[in-house]
Amino acid sequence: MTVALVDCNGFYAACEKVFRPDLEHRPVVVLSNNDGCIVAMSREARNLGIPRGIPLFKARNLLDRENVAVFSSNYALYADLSRRVMDLLRSRIPLAEVYSIDEAFLQLDHLPEAPLPLCRRLRSDIRRGIGLPTSIGVAPTKVLAKIAAGRAKRLPGGLFALGEPAAGAESGLGEADVAAVLAETPVTGVWGIASGLAGRLKEKGIGSALELRDADDAWVKRHLTLTGLRIVWELRGIPSIALDDAPPAKKGIMSSRSFGRPVAELNELLEAVGDYTARAAAKLRAQGSLCRHIDIWLTTDRFRPGEPRYSGGTAVSLDDASDYLPDLVAAARRGLRSVFREGYRYKKVAVFLSGIEPRSGRQTGLFDDSDPRKDALSRVAASLRERFGPEALGCVPRRPGSDWDMRRECLSPRYTTSWTDLATARIG
Amino acid sequence: MYSLFTVKAEAAPRRIPFFSQAVKAGFPSPASDYVEAVLDFNDLLAADRATTFVLRAEGESMTGAAIFPGDYLVVDRALVARPEDVVIAALDGEFTVKRLRRRAGRFELAAENPSYPPVAVDESSELSIWGVVTYVIHGLRATGRPR
Repeated sequence: MTVALVDCNGFYAACEKVFRPDLEHRPVVVLSNNDGCIVAMSREARNLGIPRGIPLFKARNLLDRENVAVFSSNYALYADLSRRVMDLLRSRIPLAEVYSIDEAFLQLDHLPEAPLPLCRRLRSDIRRGIGLPTSIGVAPTKVLAKIAAGRAKRLPGGLFALGEPAAGAESGLGEADVAAVLAETPVTGVWGIASGLAGRLKEKGIGSALELRDADDAWVKRHLTLTGLRIVWELRGIPSIALDDAPPAKKGIMSSRSFGRPVAELNELLEAVGDYTARAAAKLRAQGSLCRHIDIWLTTDRFRPGEPRYSGGTAVSLDDASDYLPDLVAAARRGLRSVFREGYRYKKVAVFLSGIEPRSGRQTGLFDDSDPRKDALSRVAASLRERFGPEALGCVPRRPGSDWDMRRECLSPRYTTSWTDLATARIG
Repeated sequence: MYSLFTVKAEAAPRRIPFFSQAVKAGFPSPASDYVEAVLDFNDLLAADRATTFVLRAEGESMTGAAIFPGDYLVVDRALVARPEDVVIAALDGEFTVKRLRRRAGRFELAAENPSYPPVAVDESSELSIWGVVTYVIHGLRATGRPR
């Protein structure tokens, strides 16, 4: 088998540069939700030695001094550019697994073009057609491809092949070299090996990917379960983790966010819960599912010393599995009222839809009183939101001036998803 | 009336062809066998949806290319620019609409307006061409233009 992992380099920061030619060589950093920490960096920013994850206020001086461009997370932009990369890959490669917003596995066997020239072309097509740099690792298994992609990131050609058949003459490596690469890879750098396992592995004398590869099967199975054994076989070049081109419908849908400021008022929390429920319900409908339960969870800020702390959660069950927004919002608000306590300043509310089942195979109650008008109304509401934007029609309209949302003070325009945010080009 | 089982059809697709709507009484539409997909402007304007972007023109008019301020420019970044193409060039950190010309064996980015001198493009600055403009969307009504 020949597998490739395509990884977009510094994805969020690279997205911010696509419509900003003035930023081409400037360092760029992207902040986490609520503009808290630096979560993504361009190469130029990394070269300044800015540590990933550092809180914004600690990096402020350095960012100012080095003229670094700072952005809030613009998920609308990142999601659209990610979709474009994945669409481009899928249009060229029959079997592609979208692994995360900026990574995809490709199955390269039995294609008319050899793996390495093909990957080289994919890189330049994504660079040219979408404007994003990528690194590609090619190997006989997914676990090895992930390691190869990490190496590729440090090469100017952005392409690295590990193990035999993929390699070909040019940048291919023999068996001994695979061992050399694995010896340099720390075991916690292996895909699927949690950093929490490092201690137990070390006791057994396993510190590198090579030592894990050569570990005893029985020991691995006992201590790392079958999942761990599959990883070990993959390190040996034996394909054991299949490419998954159709991810299963989600088991649960979460919508949660931290507020831009502490929120104490029930009314504001009810608005937020309505908003999060609407977001989760839109995903539920989009995947053609219904849900049976809604979990509501809220918490104060754990990191605020001296303030009273409280967190609470509850699950509300619906009479019938549903995707009807007014029913879901009503249930979510009921849940919130039951866990809300006066006198606390809340940091975060989460809405979790569970008991997911497909709409088509739905089982109805004996006295099913589902109203066909609900479905018609949902469809009209969905098409209005599609046409006039997500805020056009909801169950719990926001009061004018309510401001509990995420803080995003350095947000770039939604260049690709909003007609009012398009980039401009000067005629001249 | 209650029934033990309800058979539910899959969710309907979002775009519904106009003629497929159920006829409440009388004969079914004789045209219902001929329903085809609705026209989708993406098919016409975005041959490659992954690499097609929309920008908005500003500044003076480019009458030779029928581009006016406020027009929507459909840009395909995957295309290799050829002479006489209208392109989006990234010049001095700014997107600029230019026409790619070939003069005496060399490429240059020409402005429609004679007061701007052409900019020479050599091999090394090939990346300064951000994309090729494939269509211009120009609204004709003075008022009530969408968005």
